[in-house]
Amino acid sequence: MTEKKKLKLGAVITEPGSTEKYETGGWRSQRPVIDVEKCKLCGQCWMYCPDVAIIKGKPYKIDYKYCKGCGICAHECPFKAIKMVEEKK
Amino acid sequence: MREVLNGNEAAAIAARLARVQVVPAYPITPQTVVVEKLADFIADGELDAEYIRVESEHSAMSACIGAAATGVRAFTATSSQGLMLMSEMLFVASGLRLPVVMTNANRSVSAPLSIWCDQQDSISVRDSGWIQLYCENNQEILDTVLQSFIIAERTLLPVMVCYDGYILSHTAEPVDVPQQNEVDNFIPPYSYPYSLDPDKPTTVGAVGIPAHYTEFRYMLHEALMDSKKVIAEVGKEFGKRFGREYGLLERYGSDDADVIIVTMGSLGNALKDVIDQRRRRGKKIGMVRLRSFRPFPGEELVEAVGNAKAIAVMEKDISLGSSGGLFLDVATSLSSANLKIPAIDFICGLAGRDITPADIDSVIDETEAAAKSGKVGKPLRWLGLKDVEVEE
Repeated sequence: MTEKKKLKLGAVITEPGSTEKYETGGWRSQRPVIDVEKCKLCGQCWMYCPDVAIIKGKPYKIDYKYCKGCGICAHECPFKAIKMVEEKK
Repeated sequence: MREVLNGNEAAAIAARLARVQVVPAYPITPQTVVVEKLADFIADGELDAEYIRVESEHSAMSACIGAAATGVRAFTATSSQGLMLMSEMLFVASGLRLPVVMTNANRSVSAPLSIWCDQQDSISVRDSGWIQLYCENNQEILDTVLQSFIIAERTLLPVMVCYDGYILSHTAEPVDVPQQNEVDNFIPPYSYPYSLDPDKPTTVGAVGIPAHYTEFRYMLHEALMDSKKVIAEVGKEFGKRFGREYGLLERYGSDDADVIIVTMGSLGNALKDVIDQRRRRGKKIGMVRLRSFRPFPGEELVEAVGNAKAIAVMEKDISLGSSGGLFLDVATSLSSANLKIPAIDFICGLAGRDITPADIDSVIDETEAAAKSGKVGKPLRWLGLKDVEVEE
C-alpha cells in the first residue's frame, strides 16, 4: 500500500459537515461566467444552484471549488447574464 | 431442558433467548413459523421486543439495518424468494458493518416455482459479505443462532444461519434448550460503536468515491477472513458452557478415508449413517461437512481432505453455466494447495428431491472409481437425473 488512510468501519462518518472538504469543482466541463453589466442581483441563480456555489454580493460570484458546471444558473438567469464557457484543462 | 422442537421453533427460541430487541417480519414458506413464534413470544410477554410487520422482505432487512444502526439487536428470518427480494439490502447490511442476525430456511428458487428444500437461495447471495453458517440438525440451529449474535457483534458482520427447509424446519427432534440465565451469561448485551445518536451526529451510508471504495471492500473481505477465528473461538466457548462444541467444519471418519464426501447442511446426518455402514464393511469413507461457507475455510478443508484419494462434493445448488457453488470453492482450495485429488461435483436434492442411501452409494461408487483410475471424467454430475426429451 502506497498510502496510509484512516477509514472507519462501514464507511461511517462521525465528523459532521465533512462534505465541505470534498471539493467537486473538478467535475466541471463548463464553467459559468457572470456578466456583471447584465446582472441585476435578483438572486434567481443563487436560489436554483443545487450546490450552493453562488456567492451573493456586489457583484455575485461563483464558488468554483464546488460548482460542478451543471448550467442551471445560466438557464434560469432572466437577464441572460451567465454564460457557460468551455473549461480548459 | 429437552424439548421436542422443529427447526423453525428452535430458531425462534434461540432468538428469544438472545433477547432480540427488534423483529421486522414478513412471512414466507418454510420460514413462517419462526416469525410466528416470535410474534407469540412478544404478545405473551415472554420477549420484550418491537415487532414490525413490514410489507416485504426488502423492508424487513431495511428495518433490521436501521434498528442495528440505532444500537439494538435486530433479527429476522426468510427463505428463497424472500432472500432474493432482500438481496439488495444484504449488501448494505454487510457494507455498513451492521451485526444483523437472520435465519434462512433453505428453499429452492423460482422458476419453476417450488417451496421445497435446496440451498440455491443462500448460495446465490454468497458474495453479499454475510457470514453463512449451515446447520445439520435442530440442536445445531438453536446453538448456532445463539453463537451468531456473539460472532456478528464481535466481528461487526451480519450472520445468516441456514438450515434445510422442511427437512429441518418442519421436522421435530429433541433439542436441549438452555436456561435464560445461562444464555445471558454467554451473550453480552448488544453494542455497536457508531450507534445513531442525535447528540453525536453520524453519517451512515456515505458515498464511497473511487479513491476509497476499494479499501472498504478490502476491509470487509479481510473482516470476513478474520471471522474464521471468531467462529471457531465462539464455537469452543459454547462447547465449554453447554457441552456441544462447534468449528468451521465437521470431520466424520475423514482422517483415514480414501473417499471423502464434502457437503453442507442436513445431508451430513444421512451421510453419517451410510458412512457407518460402509466402514463396517471395511470401506474407508469419510465426510467433511462445512458449517461455515462464508468465510470459506479453505485451509481447514485442505487439511481435512488432503490425504483422500478422491473427493465427492454433494450439493443442493448449481451456479448455472459453471458448476456447483460449493465445488468452485473446494476446487479453488485444492488447487491453491497444489493438491491434485480427483474431485467430482454431484448436484443433488434440488427442490426437495430425496437423496436416498442408494443415491449416496452411487456417489461413493463413482468416486471410488475415480480414486482407482485417478481420472475424473465428467466433473459435474446430476445425481439421479432422469432422461429428458424436449417436447416440441
